[in-house]
Amino acid sequence: MLAASGKLDRRELCRALLADRGDLLVVAGLGAPAWDITAVGDRAENFPLWGGMGGAAMIGLGLALAQPARRVLVITGDGEMLMGLGALATIAVQRPANLSIVVQDNEHYGETGMQETHTRHGVDLAGMAKAAGFPRTMLVTRPEEVPALRAAIHAGEGPLFAVAKVDPSTLPLVLPPREGAYLQARLREAVLGPAAHHQL
Amino acid sequence: MDRQVMESRPAAADWPDGLYELLKTHRIRQVAVVPDAGHARLIRRCLADNGMRVVSLTTEEEGIALLQGAWLGGDKGVLLMQSSGVGNCVNMLSLAITHRTPMPMIVTMRGDFGEFNPAQVPMGSATQAVLEAMGALVRRADRPEDVVPTADATIRLAFNTFRPTATLIGQRVIGAKTFGKD
Repeated sequence: MLAASGKLDRRELCRALLADRGDLLVVAGLGAPAWDITAVGDRAENFPLWGGMGGAAMIGLGLALAQPARRVLVITGDGEMLMGLGALATIAVQRPANLSIVVQDNEHYGETGMQETHTRHGVDLAGMAKAAGFPRTMLVTRPEEVPALRAAIHAGEGPLFAVAKVDPSTLPLVLPPREGAYLQARLREAVLGPAAHHQL
Repeated sequence: MDRQVMESRPAAADWPDGLYELLKTHRIRQVAVVPDAGHARLIRRCLADNGMRVVSLTTEEEGIALLQGAWLGGDKGVLLMQSSGVGNCVNMLSLAITHRTPMPMIVTMRGDFGEFNPAQVPMGSATQAVLEAMGALVRRADRPEDVVPTADATIRLAFNTFRPTATLIGQRVIGAKTFGKD
């Protein structure tokens, strides 16, 4: 699971977190996290984003509040999380037990030329989440720590916020469907059944 | 004063309560809020309702993302904000267009009618144009008795036709804040 740099391979990390995922619903931030969950396996319970930068965690909150009996996982990047830091405060106040946020932190803007993000210069996202009031935060840097993260995601004792330091290499693109209405309709049907498409 | 006007007065003055009843009628479950004085009474009613989840936001764009997630999970939601907050939502509104997501907004206007604060005017003047530029369908209510029917129409349009919509409640309805200088 380690890249040549000694840091976690982001795709192998994703594969481990999504193994035997049960009824887990997954929102992925735009860019590499969306490609990563798609590389593991595209399916109706995935909601890969193509835009809305800074909104992934809040999409997770809305989904988690609407479906309190299901586990919801947001996988996103450090740049995407940095754009919506207020969400850490908003989510901590709401305290949804079924929501987990995992930041795959490569300390760079990987889609735009590998410019450094603030986490490259010491900004501690897990520390910020802890200060906002998340009851459980984790920093994951080694493969042997990943099973505990996966277990915490499924435990439903959140909200959980985790930072996993990952290798910044750009991996082969594995693109999800690009039609947003389809991505939404398939997830709603997976959650709500055929009634999802009928008049409320 | 004719009978119809007299009868319409109490109901018109109670438009915040009328909006609360309207949200109940539409089975709104998630209420995303950045407070505005014009929404204070409606927010209090929603907070007192165990069937509604009021989510207080740090910035209005969080509310757009919240409504996206709520709809994915089968919840109907609404975003309450003042006109300045519309500017904070611009790029996030692309979620509603990309995914065809119902996103009703109820916006109290500032910088619109007898404004005292110069800083409210630029965004207040741009509110409707900005929303429409992002693909939202916008209707205005400038009389108290128009607020509830207009909000009803835009909430219906959002959920029946899968798009962002907004009711703008004119400052003439709410009254201009004067900072004790009137």
